[in-house]
Amino acid sequence: MIESRTTRVVLRLCAAGTLAFIYFPLVVIAVYAFNENISQTWPIEAYTTKWFGVAWRNEEVRSALLLSVKAALGATVIALVLGTLASLAVSRSRFFGRETISFLVILPIALPGIVTGLALQATILNVLAPIGISFSIWTIVIGHATFCIVVLYNNAVARMRRVSAFLEEASMDLGADGWQTFRFVTFPQLRTALLAGALLAFALSFDEVVVTIFTSGAQQTLPIWIFTNFARPRELPVVNVVALFMIIVSIIPVWLAQRLAGGTGLAADRPREGSVAASIETQP
Amino acid sequence: MTSVSSDVEPPPRGGPGRRLSTFFFSHSRARLGGLLALPLGWMLVIYLGSLFLLLLASFWDTEPFTSDVVRNWNLDNYRRLFEEPVYRNVAFRTISMAVYVTVADAVLAFPLAYYMARVASPRSRNLLVVAVLTPLWASYLVKAYVWRTMLGEEGIINWLLAPFGLDGPGYTTAGLWLAFTYLWLPFMILPIYAGLERIPSSLLEASADLGGRSVRTFFKVTLPLAFPAVVAGSIFTFSLTLGDYILPGLIADEQFIGTVIYTDRGTNLPVAAAFAMVPIAVMVVYLWGARRLGAFESL
Repeated sequence: MIESRTTRVVLRLCAAGTLAFIYFPLVVIAVYAFNENISQTWPIEAYTTKWFGVAWRNEEVRSALLLSVKAALGATVIALVLGTLASLAVSRSRFFGRETISFLVILPIALPGIVTGLALQATILNVLAPIGISFSIWTIVIGHATFCIVVLYNNAVARMRRVSAFLEEASMDLGADGWQTFRFVTFPQLRTALLAGALLAFALSFDEVVVTIFTSGAQQTLPIWIFTNFARPRELPVVNVVALFMIIVSIIPVWLAQRLAGGTGLAADRPREGSVAASIETQP
Repeated sequence: MTSVSSDVEPPPRGGPGRRLSTFFFSHSRARLGGLLALPLGWMLVIYLGSLFLLLLASFWDTEPFTSDVVRNWNLDNYRRLFEEPVYRNVAFRTISMAVYVTVADAVLAFPLAYYMARVASPRSRNLLVVAVLTPLWASYLVKAYVWRTMLGEEGIINWLLAPFGLDGPGYTTAGLWLAFTYLWLPFMILPIYAGLERIPSSLLEASADLGGRSVRTFFKVTLPLAFPAVVAGSIFTFSLTLGDYILPGLIADEQFIGTVIYTDRGTNLPVAAAFAMVPIAVMVVYLWGARRLGAFESL
């Protein structure tokens, strides 16, 4: 520890301040869900839980929730299959264009969401509509799956990096074929990483709105329902309740995934050993 | 890590499955093709295909009365973007906003990331990672909405500032900057933390042993080593700010690239497509620069 005592105290204060900044708005939204008044002014005069019941009985909210869950499940399944396949290809082979795969799957989240959304909308309107396919749950699912692949891919690639290839070679030497090796050796080690990735993909899809607005047509997912009701002052108490619900639903899968993968990165669990050495080696 | 249990003894199989496995084992190209066909096909056809169509659409026209797209190839949309100052101003305003947000996030994120990586005990370090990761994943839309509530005329920010005789930024470009900085902050903290954690203490100790005081060690050793991580985080803060249309729509009193594209998409898709090339071009240049700086290893 080379930091002086003063430095450490200052850092601690900065860290506490930044954390307070991060959590303050989340506390505010939680408090607003119990606001009795329809107007959203602060300070809140009276508290109630009645808007939870109102939100629960709201048919629009319910059908939007159902659509969101269905779309997120569909996107997660597709991303799980495609992300796993791509990660297996990249992890155990060397080939021309290998780096490009990583770049390609990260592109949908590296480019601004409105670009992805507009591109998909242009395709739906100009290519799919003329052949009779219009906006449906599938257009939402396809859009979501495209940017969820990277989450599964990153989780699986990071885990494969820690799994020794010798185990697979040993399995083959002992007479297992490729499928048996995957089924009994590779997959059991990959399982928790895939589950963690799937949970994150579900959270990502459930919450997505920037791209979804372009791919949903007239359908309403839960985030789109919130988006449309921003402009309706009388609906704001229900929006507050749904907002609190959204926060909780998007957080739970992340906590579970965190426990499963023990990761630190945005999506991937990175290898502990070797990374320090690697970072030294790349320095000039 | 799950250990491979030894009591599972797969029965040796014959038949077509085994033959297929053997084929894929001995033909590694075929195995690779089999693994990559679906994911690569999906990304190429659906994603890159759509982006390519967007590029094509930017050369098309719109029928002025019906807003129907007419496939009449020309450069008029791009000429319009260059000649009408409003598009230039919007693009410049959005890119400046992305720069300001990125700088603010880097300044806010660095002390917390440094504390997490080098001062906190391993136990509280893990707790802090979860504490930063959780709001990153908490619904984007809800966080945008709560800032609209808080920044309102009778919102909590004005209420908090009132005793000091101050007034909050309200629904202005400054308010938008504050809200953007809030929204993307966790995206900056985590890469910087990961980057700082990878710097071996021995390097900092060596610098101290050689007589470098802590300020000098920070600027000559820590910061240069952590810089690629800052750039990695800035990819997110930059890209997310460039492409957002929801938060500017909720909070700002001025137009941004996202809001213009969002408004134009229904009435004039070709112009929206041409304007969408601006954030794409900026991000391509940005990603290329980030790669040169070694930021991709820090992602």
